[in-house]
Amino acid sequence: MKILVPVKRVVDYNVKVRVKSDGTGVETAGVKMSMNPFDEIAIEEAVRLKEKGLASEIIAVSLGLAACQETIRTALAMGADRGILVETDVDLQPLAVAKMLKAIADKEQPKLVILGKQAIDDDMSATGPMLAALLGWPQGTFASKVTIEGDSITVVREVDGGLETVVISLPAIITTDLRLNEPRYASLPNIMKARKKPIDVMKPADLGVDPAPRLIVVKVEEPAKRQAGRKVASVAELVDKLRNEAKVI
Amino acid sequence: MTALVLIDHEGGALKQPSRSAVAAAIKLGEVHVLIAGSGVQAAADAAAKLPGVSKVILADAPAYANALAEPLAALLIALAPGYSHLMAATTANGKNVMPRVAALLDSQPISDIADVIDADTFVRPIYAGNAMATVKSSDAKKVITVRAASFDPVANEGGHATIEAAPAVDVPTSSRWVSAELSKSERPELTAARVVVSGGRGMQNGDNFKLLDPIADKLGAAVGASRAAVDAGFVPNDYQVGQTGKIVAPELYIAIGISGAIQHLAGMKDSKVIVAINKDEEAPIFQVADYGLVADLFVALPELAAELERG
Repeated sequence: MKILVPVKRVVDYNVKVRVKSDGTGVETAGVKMSMNPFDEIAIEEAVRLKEKGLASEIIAVSLGLAACQETIRTALAMGADRGILVETDVDLQPLAVAKMLKAIADKEQPKLVILGKQAIDDDMSATGPMLAALLGWPQGTFASKVTIEGDSITVVREVDGGLETVVISLPAIITTDLRLNEPRYASLPNIMKARKKPIDVMKPADLGVDPAPRLIVVKVEEPAKRQAGRKVASVAELVDKLRNEAKVI
Repeated sequence: MTALVLIDHEGGALKQPSRSAVAAAIKLGEVHVLIAGSGVQAAADAAAKLPGVSKVILADAPAYANALAEPLAALLIALAPGYSHLMAATTANGKNVMPRVAALLDSQPISDIADVIDADTFVRPIYAGNAMATVKSSDAKKVITVRAASFDPVANEGGHATIEAAPAVDVPTSSRWVSAELSKSERPELTAARVVVSGGRGMQNGDNFKLLDPIADKLGAAVGASRAAVDAGFVPNDYQVGQTGKIVAPELYIAIGISGAIQHLAGMKDSKVIVAINKDEEAPIFQVADYGLVADLFVALPELAAELERG
């Protein structure tokens, strides 16, 4: 079984992002970039399935600037077998990404696509279900446990009130939640080996997809700042303030 | 211009985040709502009373019983021709279903809107709420999820909508619901609670979360947690408040032993009053707290429980 894992290059989760002064976006120049954390979980899950003998090949796909090669290399160092880079400097949105991933899936015929449940930059949380829809496949989103048996997958999902278990038939889409696994660190020998693994580079046009954004960004602003309040000296003072000043209890 | 809002419901009652989604939809024009499920007449009757809703579409069939994304998306696609906007709250259900609908309509979804500027233009948080993007959609049909914390929910009573049965739709059978293991709690839901008491890594273990119980009981509060506490295995993931968990905006948010990582602040900084109790006076949580108490939580929590008891 072939598994496709899309990986996104995003501003590292430890970076405090700054809105550009011209209001066109956030500052990304000179900022540390990393693989979207949920995508690391997706790669890890794919690698574990391969280690269990349930997967034959893992293809890591990234879409965006040439620098996304680095993100693919990270995936290869974690255990993916080969990479595909769809190179473009267009600001990609989930619909275009899902269409390009569909074109790649049509060609590669994976049985499973594992994606992060959300990217921590645009926080859209959309690509997984969109790809599932375009392929006409079922989806197991926000997965915290995945068990493959024959032609179906049992997925334990993180939902608002707790956990839900569904069974979906293969081929299928999985999106990862936090507790699915703890991604490994790539070892130095694996990082070296990853340099020799192949990465195919293509353009959106090669996949027959117009990547133009459908959402035009009018402006990007700082959110309203919250003023720090004051320190109270004791629990008694805290309760007094909540009762008599804030009047919330 | 008419919007259709997919409503989350359980046991005949409508979920509060969906009432916030209706409030957002009202800013766009006429509002219809969709109640899908099996044996859900009571939920449809409840929805008919929502102020500002003119029609309830009732899809009552076994296929919709457990809100699986595949049949719900097929239903919404069948209903889509009558609507300019298809909406839901940004809940596990909304996030599961709406992007699927958007893809089938060749529309880029507009996730988690925090404000409505006009029929095409919306404000949404990006980068864990560290920036607010105003975006304009060029798609014919907008598919939207609504950040419930940003819109005051419409009331439960006051409307008189008609109820109409949805057409029968062929739905995919590639997914099957097996079971749910829902956290049992007498407490209000995190996203609907007036008061939220959350614990972080400072709680040290899952057992210590019991120290929050008397306080939550006294205040009628929901109990939440930071991602650090969830990652450490102290509490289940459905407690998580933050960028990758639930977004809350209660009247009172009490953060206990939570340092205030960006991703946690993203989930609670719109709360009306924020209290932080942390022994590290440099903790970033104090930068957003209205009232901060620098204290060992293991001393402060029993004191707080006793002090509330006295009131």
